[in-house]
Amino acid sequence: MLRILRQIFSTGIVTEPLSPAEESRITVTGALLEKKIERRFQRSVAIRFVDAGSCNACELEAHAANNPFYNSERFGIHFTASPRFADILLVTGPVSINMETALKRTYNAMPGPKLVVAIGDCGRDGGVFGCGYASAGGVGNVIPVDVYVTGCPPAPSQIIHGILRAVSPARKTGDGPGF
Amino acid sequence: MMNWPKEIIASSIGNDNLRELARCGGVTAAYGVPREFFAMAAKALKGAGQPGGLAGQLAVLDGWRLAAEWATDETPFGRGFAVFAAYNSGTEYVIVKSDLPQDDPSFPSLAGIFTPALRFERQIQSLMGVSPEAHPDLRPWIKHEDWPWDVYPLRKSFDGKTPLKKVPGGDYPWARADGEGVYEIPVGPVHAGIIEPGHFRFQAVGEDIINLEEKLGYVHKGIEKRFESLGWIFGARLAARVSGDSTVAHSIAFSMAVEAASMVAPAQRALWMRAVMLERERIANHLGDIGAICNDTAFAFLHHQFSILREKVLRANQRFFGHRLMMDRVLPGGAAVDMDKDASEEMLKEIVWLSKEFEKLVVIYEDNPSLEDRVWGAGVLSPSVAKELGTVGFVARASGQALDARVQNPFAPYDRIVPKVPVLTSGDVHARAWVRVEEVRESMRLIREMLQDIPRGRLCVPCPAPRPGAEGFSAVEGWRGEIIYWVQAGPLSSTAGPLSSTDAGINRCMVRDPSSVNWLALEEAILGNIVPDFPLCNKSFNQSYSGHDL
Ligand code: SF4
Repeated sequence: MLRILRQIFSTGIVTEPLSPAEESRITVTGALLEKKIERRFQRSVAIRFVDAGSCNACELEAHAANNPFYNSERFGIHFTASPRFADILLVTGPVSINMETALKRTYNAMPGPKLVVAIGDCGRDGGVFGCGYASAGGVGNVIPVDVYVTGCPPAPSQIIHGILRAVSPARKTGDGPGF
Repeated sequence: MMNWPKEIIASSIGNDNLRELARCGGVTAAYGVPREFFAMAAKALKGAGQPGGLAGQLAVLDGWRLAAEWATDETPFGRGFAVFAAYNSGTEYVIVKSDLPQDDPSFPSLAGIFTPALRFERQIQSLMGVSPEAHPDLRPWIKHEDWPWDVYPLRKSFDGKTPLKKVPGGDYPWARADGEGVYEIPVGPVHAGIIEPGHFRFQAVGEDIINLEEKLGYVHKGIEKRFESLGWIFGARLAARVSGDSTVAHSIAFSMAVEAASMVAPAQRALWMRAVMLERERIANHLGDIGAICNDTAFAFLHHQFSILREKVLRANQRFFGHRLMMDRVLPGGAAVDMDKDASEEMLKEIVWLSKEFEKLVVIYEDNPSLEDRVWGAGVLSPSVAKELGTVGFVARASGQALDARVQNPFAPYDRIVPKVPVLTSGDVHARAWVRVEEVRESMRLIREMLQDIPRGRLCVPCPAPRPGAEGFSAVEGWRGEIIYWVQAGPLSSTAGPLSSTDAGINRCMVRDPSSVNWLALEEAILGNIVPDFPLCNKSFNQSYSGHDL
């Protein structure tokens, strides 16, 4: 027990400002968002996650968004085990034909209004897997997408930012270089 | 005593029926046998002993192991189909091939001899339409029930670019246990957390699991078919994304197979860079997973601590190699990143720091009785079952199997800086976690030694496309275990990739992720455990869905 306590005190708080550029983006968005999240989502957004066919690297980075460094919970982002409580559907990967039905079902099971964030180059257009007999390509080919977060895989900070962008009032589909 | 695979096979099927094949690089030998002898050859190899091993590390292996089995469509060469089996014993890999006529593509099943063939052959049947005779379970695998039954995507006659027309209806016949008080719990494909999709069906009595059946294939993206249309150059990008958590290992395996087919020796310095990245990938994944195992025992504190270490390693990767996961840093012919002296000194410092922090956490792990209570004795995979199922990687090593492709099939620098292979025999969740603790330590030592001795020189040599019909094999130990690639160049311009209109394209690229064999082991290990322990047991295997489903 003493060891654990010692480790806790010596670790301190590692949650950090993201990179200065990212941080300013996020704080700016954050300020804009605060009211919006409060009103629309009761101070927190619930996210349902579906891997629709990714290579699993996008999952690793989505996981990392929860690690103590990025600590996405501080923005009121949390993951839920049921689509019934979810505000946002986070999807990784191209949509494989074997996941198409499950993805549609999850989407349909969510209450409206709902938002969809597609993670990674695959989510945008199928990425390296393209479109073919087993891949339906980007998420947008199967369900409506509100925000795309590009990258292969996108960094955790980009994923967090994508989620914030989805709930932001100035949301636009697709992402230009500067978000 | 007969040691040579050729003598072993010949003694069983006769010399006249054995043909040596010259075209495949990267293996000790490749043989062609008439198809009626395909299973006999397997039986002979399974029964043959091969003593010894490198540096006395690999235990005496009695009998060869079936490492992979796959089929090809060789109609572009004016032939029919073919079935292949790759076997391993000690430091040797051999391939046995049988040609199959186009109008009757069937072969004697190996499922009665080697258990892993059960799924290899279901996959062969489902995706290539080549039938294993007398296979006990020919339910489709990866191919789901809404696919038209007569669609075989890996055949040349199948156009991989058009979307599949699904057929309604169809049911998957699950294996069922019946009896009083037996109930069934279906889980998935979509799970609660941030994980990949797969379907599990448990049959339980009270809390005890009496049967688990997996249904996978949900993230099947047609990777093997896609290799054929992408060609050699873009194929490297695809290989890096077969299983993103093992991107370095898959890239190395693909590159080595292509180099073997092209008969190109990659740049020396690049080999060392590859090894450094491979060990860093091992460390990062082990850190994350040891933490996740702690999390599943409700010990969130260690989970956070390990995830901090993992994050630091990924950030260092970004600094050293320009990518957190080191994707696309290995290419046929060499590597795409180099390190200067400053970077290598910085990495040495990082490793010293990491080692210190890691050991602090390991002490806490060892010290915690409530954690011990959950991980000891849970999800046991006995050594005999582990061997029978042909498991590989840390799963095999935690169950008494001394297997490590870094020792069995070493590329420089592993021939000089030899990894110590930790082997435990208890086969429980703890053993799988502890093997990985030992491997993190060992990887840190390897990196330190590699950085001292890394040779100077070029980072990449030109790697021309393999000659028409050339074949290449590779086996690489990723963090999860042995990854196998086998590539076959087509005839001239058969499937021209974007930049290779004058070269032979890829006729077939076979990928065997460690998960392809280890998934079966989870079904065995879970028996007799309680339902609430499934997440913990599953995590301790942490197999790749994407790498398996392809
Ligand atoms: S975008 Fe890249 S990292 Fe993400 S799933 Fe696709 S290939 Fe993998």
